[in-house]
Amino acid sequence: MGFETVAFYVLALLAVAASLGVVAQRNPMHSVMLLIASFGALAGLYILLDSPFTAVTQIIVYAGAIMVLFLFVVMLLNVGREDAAEWDRSHPLNKPAARRLGAALAVFLLLELAWAVWHATTREAVGLASVSSGGVSSVAAIGRSIFTDYSFQFEATSILILAAMVGAVVLARKEQE
Amino acid sequence: MAIDPVLVVQIALVVVVFHALLLAAAGMVWAERKVAARLQQRFGPTLTGPAGLLQPFADVIKLFFKEELKPKAADTVLFYLAPIISATTAFLAFCVIPFGPPTDFFGLLDRKIPLTVADVNVAVLVIFAVASMGVYGIVLAGWSSNNKYSLLGGLRASAQMISYELSYGMALASVLLLGNSLSLVDLVNAQSGYWFGFIPKWFVFLQPIGFFVFMTAGIAETNRAPFDFPEAEQELVAGYHTEYSSMSFALFFLAEYVNMVTVSAVATNLYLGGWHGPVLPPWLGVLWWFAKLSALLFFYLWLRWTLPRYRYDQLMQFGWKFLLPLAVVNLLVTAAGVLYFGL
Repeated sequence: MGFETVAFYVLALLAVAASLGVVAQRNPMHSVMLLIASFGALAGLYILLDSPFTAVTQIIVYAGAIMVLFLFVVMLLNVGREDAAEWDRSHPLNKPAARRLGAALAVFLLLELAWAVWHATTREAVGLASVSSGGVSSVAAIGRSIFTDYSFQFEATSILILAAMVGAVVLARKEQE
Repeated sequence: MAIDPVLVVQIALVVVVFHALLLAAAGMVWAERKVAARLQQRFGPTLTGPAGLLQPFADVIKLFFKEELKPKAADTVLFYLAPIISATTAFLAFCVIPFGPPTDFFGLLDRKIPLTVADVNVAVLVIFAVASMGVYGIVLAGWSSNNKYSLLGGLRASAQMISYELSYGMALASVLLLGNSLSLVDLVNAQSGYWFGFIPKWFVFLQPIGFFVFMTAGIAETNRAPFDFPEAEQELVAGYHTEYSSMSFALFFLAEYVNMVTVSAVATNLYLGGWHGPVLPPWLGVLWWFAKLSALLFFYLWLRWTLPRYRYDQLMQFGWKFLLPLAVVNLLVTAAGVLYFGL
């Protein structure tokens, strides 16, 4: 096994284990930290795919900015622990129909994952070089394609974010007497 | 199996840079005591070694022998994770910073390698990313201590760091436009040469406002006076590290000083021309680099003992209503200059 294969398995294992931990943890603060670890492992996978820009953006945007907000909310609400008994018995979503729907969705997701894995293992592997030779990793190439080929999508996203920002300011503003 | 000499040199660089950073932190502790003392008409440490040079080592030995205390109600895992995150991110940021011109070590290697631990082509973004991770160390320390002063200090620190990170990034973006690259080696090399034969082509002359914004935001990012709110003594005891003792406190202390060195090193490379300078031959550029770094670090100390701490609301007003708009206008003007005049 080459270095890249070993690194892939280590990072993949880390990402999966951390993600499982996020769900399994009772302490919300620990969940947040594990989610950050999972994002970090994903960034490592992006580096293995020869796109350091995506990896760094993943860290700045997700692990840096968004998770700090998560942490803030959890810290300020000061949720100690999720009470297991309460979640099992008296949660409003705990109805037979909801349970059946959840089980069906879980089975569907498992089938989808199995199909993806089967598909990936039976298909011929595409060399990394041929994928990234188009300069996907270069910042200039990413910038050019965002502002030419995908300029409409880019602008639409900008308007969406702007609207969210204005909405947040309106909601957070105190009523003037 | 033949070993690639470049690999050996790279590994040696990792070891050397790591220890140099540790020594630089120790040197800064000594310099801080000495500068503070001189500015207050005292002598500072004089007994431990010549001119008190061994004082930081005495401090570390003292910290080693202190008892490691943990509040009973603290969250054990996060309580010990927090100082580790702080120290790790502080060291991590430095690994993409070049400190000298590409060299082949006087013919020892068959090709020139840049004098840095990792020559990444998105180095500037890596520094930004690592800086954004450094917030976690402080926030977690504040929260996991289960102490109201710690929590307030942690919250203040994170709010401050998030606010000033924006101005920091905007100032960086202006330099990136001028240098047309994200690699620190390329950005430094874009600053070689002279205007009219005597003014060095450093970005600080093109970006005086950018340099001001960068240094201000950098000082706020490292939580140094006059922006040291996370540990404002008269309000918060010691802020986020109130409950820390012994080596876990030492790690926070170390992280603060290493972060100062990192911010100064980035400013040296982005605004002050890195290893380029007159008089000295190019292969001695490392000396220029160290001279500029030392000047910036002295500026840090000078500032701390000159300016009083702001009020917290003043800090937020200053960051959001003055520094950020200034940085945005600076970025727009720079972009227009690059577009229409081809600076």
